[in-house]
Formats: sequence, C-alpha cells, structure tokens
Amino acid sequence: MATYAPTVNGQPERYAGLEANLRGIYIIWYRDVLRSSRDRARIIASLGQPLLFLIVFGAGLSASLGAGLTQQLGNVSYVRFLYPGIISMAVLFTSIFSAMSIVWDREFGFLRELLVAPVSRAAVVLGKALGGSTIAMFQGAILIILAPVIGIGLNPLLIVELLALMFLVAFAIASVGILIASRLQTMESFQMIINFLVMPMFFLSGAFFPLRQLPRWMAVVTRLDPVAYGVDPLRRLLLGSTLAPGIQIGGYHLGTLDDIGILAVFAVVMLLLAMRSFETTE
Amino acid sequence: MPSIEVSDLRKNFGPVPAVDGVSFDVEEGEVFGFLGPNGAGKTTTINILCTLLRPTSGTAKVAGYDVQTQRNAVRQSIGLVFQDPSLDVQLTGLENLRFHAHVYNVPGSERNSRIEEVLRVVELWDRRNAVVKTYSGGMKRRLEIARGLIHHPRVLFLDEPTIGLDPQTRDHIWTHILQLQRAHEITLFMTTHYMEEAEHCRRIAVIDQGKIVALDTPDALKRMVGADIISLRTPDNEKAIVDIRQRYGLEAQSQDGRLRLEVPNGAEFIPRVVHELAVPVESVDLHRPTLDDVFLKLTGHAIRDQEADPLATARAMGRMWRGGGRR
Repeated sequence: MATYAPTVNGQPERYAGLEANLRGIYIIWYRDVLRSSRDRARIIASLGQPLLFLIVFGAGLSASLGAGLTQQLGNVSYVRFLYPGIISMAVLFTSIFSAMSIVWDREFGFLRELLVAPVSRAAVVLGKALGGSTIAMFQGAILIILAPVIGIGLNPLLIVELLALMFLVAFAIASVGILIASRLQTMESFQMIINFLVMPMFFLSGAFFPLRQLPRWMAVVTRLDPVAYGVDPLRRLLLGSTLAPGIQIGGYHLGTLDDIGILAVFAVVMLLLAMRSFETTE
Repeated sequence: MPSIEVSDLRKNFGPVPAVDGVSFDVEEGEVFGFLGPNGAGKTTTINILCTLLRPTSGTAKVAGYDVQTQRNAVRQSIGLVFQDPSLDVQLTGLENLRFHAHVYNVPGSERNSRIEEVLRVVELWDRRNAVVKTYSGGMKRRLEIARGLIHHPRVLFLDEPTIGLDPQTRDHIWTHILQLQRAHEITLFMTTHYMEEAEHCRRIAVIDQGKIVALDTPDALKRMVGADIISLRTPDNEKAIVDIRQRYGLEAQSQDGRLRLEVPNGAEFIPRVVHELAVPVESVDLHRPTLDDVFLKLTGHAIRDQEADPLATARAMGRMWRGGGRR
C-alpha cells in the first residue's frame, strides 16, 4: 500500500470543509454510541469483570491480609481503596474495546465506507475517539452508582467532576487504542494487545496498590503508564488526598490539574499519531 | 468533458505491476465496463479512481477532479459499491443510509426524502427498520447500491456488483441499477468477470494482466471474433486440425478435448464439415460469438482459467500480504 505525505507534488491536499468534518465527527460518534447502546450483552459483560475484581480481590485480600492492610492504608478498608481502581478498569477496557472496533470495521468492510467518504482522516479518528470515550464514561458512570454502598457520599458536583475525569481518561486511552488499531489488520492480534499492553497498563496504574515504596524499576514503569494519571485523581475525588497524595516525580507530588494536563497532552499526541497513521496506511 | 479520464495509469505492488499503463476515457452518462479475470487489475484501477490507492505513475480524473490532488472533491462526486460488502450489519438499513447521508453532506432538509426515494426504488422501504444482519445477500447489495446514490454522485463505481448472487437476483439488481442510472443520468463504471453482465455496457475495456487489450462496444468486440463459432468433437483432433487447415484454410484450436473454429456462416459450414472431414465428427455445436470468445481470441486463454494463472495468484497474494489492497 502506498505511503504518502499529506502533500502531493508540493500541492497541499484539499481537505473537506470544517462543517462537513464536524458533521462527519458527529455521525461517527453517533454510530458508535448507537451500536453500543444496542449491545446490552456487552454492557453487562464489561461491568461483570470489574465487579468480579472488586468482590473477589476486595474480599479476598481484606480477609487474608486483614488489619495490617487496612492499617497500611490509613484505616481505610481495601474494598474502598480498590473501588476507584475498579472504575478505572471499566473505563480502560471499554475505551480500548471501542477503539478496537476499527479493526472489526476493517474486517467487515465498513471501514472502507468511512475511508472513501469526503471527510478527513482526522475527523474519522476524532469521531471514533469521542465515541469510545462517551461509551466508556457511561460504563464508569454505572459503577459510580455503587458509591453509597461502599460508603462514599455522592453530590451533584462530585458526579460532574467524576464524569469529566472519566471522559478524559477514556479519551486518552481510546486515542492509544485507535493508534494501535490503525496498524492492526486482523482481530487475532487483539488478544496480544490485551495481554501485553492493556493488562500491564491496568496492573501498574495504582488500581490495586498504592504506588509508594515500589522497587525502583517498577516505580519508573508506573510513571510511564497513562492510566496511573487517571486512577490517582479519581481516587482523590472519591476518597480524599490522604489515600491519593499524588504521583511523585522528583520530589514533587502531582495534583489533579497536573494529572489532567498530562492526560490531555498524552491524548493529543496519540490522536495526532493516529491521524498520521491513518493517512499513511490506507 | 469526459466523466473519467485516465492516462497511462500504473500501479505496482512491489515488483509486480497490477495495472500496467492503462488509458481510457468514459463519456458522461455512459455505462462503461472493465471485463477481465480475477487479478487482471480491475479492482486496483477502481481503488485508484476512488482515491483509496495512490497510483505509481500516470494521471486520472474523475468528474473533472484529479484523484491525487483533489481527493475530497472526487469522493463527493462518486458513489461506490465494493466487491465485498461494506455495510454496518448491526445497524438497520435506514441507519446505514442516514450515516451515509451525513458523511456525504446531503442537506438536512433533503435527507429523509432522498433516503425514501432510493429505498423505494430498490424495494427495501418495507424492510428499512430491520437490522442489516437479517438481510439476504441480494438485499444487502441493493442497499449498497441505494446508498451509493443518496448523495447524487456524478459517477457510480460498481466493482463486481453481482458477484456471488444467483442469476435471478442478478437480473433483479441490474433492473434497479439501470433504472437509477437513467433517472439520475449518472456515469456508470463497472468491473465484472461475468460475460452476461458486461452486455449491459455501452463500451467494454477488456483487461488482462494489467493491460487493456481491446476497448469497444460489445457488438464490435464480437465482430472481431468472426461470424460464428463451431465446436466439434472428433476421435482424432490432431488429424482433424490438419485436415481442416488443408481443406478450408481455417485454424482450429483444441480446447477441453474439442475443436473450436470461427467461420463466416456456421449453418452452411456444418453439413460440409460433417460430410467432408477425414475424421468422423461425433458432435457439433454452433453458437454466435460471446464475450467469452472475444476474451479467448484476444488473450489466448479463457476468462475462467485465470484463477490458476501464477501471476494472478501472485497478485492476489500480494494483496493479502498488504492486508487487502482492495481497501
């Protein structure tokens, strides 16, 4: 397949107008949301796994490590500590899966309908990223309903903050997913991505354990995990800053705004790479 | 101004030329066909014309726009029906068309009326709210044809539009295609390896191994073959060939155990050959030339044999390695 720059013979490529691209972004977003809302089985399946982790790990680790664990966490039960991590897990997996639907579209031919349409590749990528983020945010929102059960009070402002944060985390993750999907030809490679990228991203994000007093190599890896910058502010919103003092870089603890900034920059970089990748592969 | 202008178009996949210096024009409102075996370069040419592939060299204009430098203008001006389905099977027929109307800038006030119009023509209006997964192959094809026309393209590309469908469905789909083509006065560019399908074209380019070997109306192409085709079965074909050459000055070709020869007037020739030939004639068949015969005459092989051609296989594999050059 030809590789080419967005310019031809020194002439800039003519892009579709802004309005056409906005309409393209909207309808690509709408299609993804419509499809997922129809796929009840998947909604339930992608809630089941986080809940399973919450119940099994929460109850299991609390029982075996008991008081020591609770004391280590500053008198907070492990289930409460785990809860924000489990929300991140739902957001992480849902947004990755949604982004990966591009590979399905490729296999089932629909991607061609998108790629010959008079909208730019940027609009296709952005529509997909927004669609995936919206779906993942809703998935996370369903888990938020559990907060009172775990003993966390909810108020309207907190809910808005949580939704916004989950959307941003999902957006950043969906961008990585789309970048990968732009290079994947078949669904078979998808399991590899889950095993060697998504699971490590999840385990190293601080969802299961505080990112403190870690071996040096592990500390470094966790700092490179984008999901970590989502788990930390999410835990801070839900449980307060004693449990989430901020990811430490140098001597500095990152605040919520720092996390948001990092996630946003990460998302933009990944999106630009994904757009570039689509320009050159198809 | 021609609807499609192609000049010395080439596309190589690695060292293998898939399209090897192709030039042709298609008039506005014309039904134009590419006829050739699988791997001849038909789909590659369509992919270049619809901006999905960059040519290695040469130029092509569609609806007056350059396919390399004015890609969005080209995309807005064309409709496409791909060889493989490209529908979202989890959405309904109506939702698929709505999606298309949005990405192709159909004005909001006209979206619903245009969707209804095309759905009624292809007789899917009653099934509009059914999920596409439940459609038959023919229905999916009709939906794709309807979809390709909502944004009122100037040129409609049909890549093997009825491949894999039964003959009855094929006829049905062609009725719809031609009805829509006339109503909207659009240019139709199609590829096929079905001879009967090529008959719908005003002009046909016969393409083999990336090159156009002939370009003319179906009737003119058939006249190239000669008036009639006679096929004979004899117990000794070698001897019969020599005898036919000496007696009538005709070159008979041996194919699938039968002898094939072209004669100006078959009805008069048959009694003579049966009576005069030094070898007994076991069976005789006479037919008017078809595009199959044209293809055989032009390329020296039958169109269906191509599947086993090593170069065609290499091309098909090249496409697979690249994850589907068809995209």
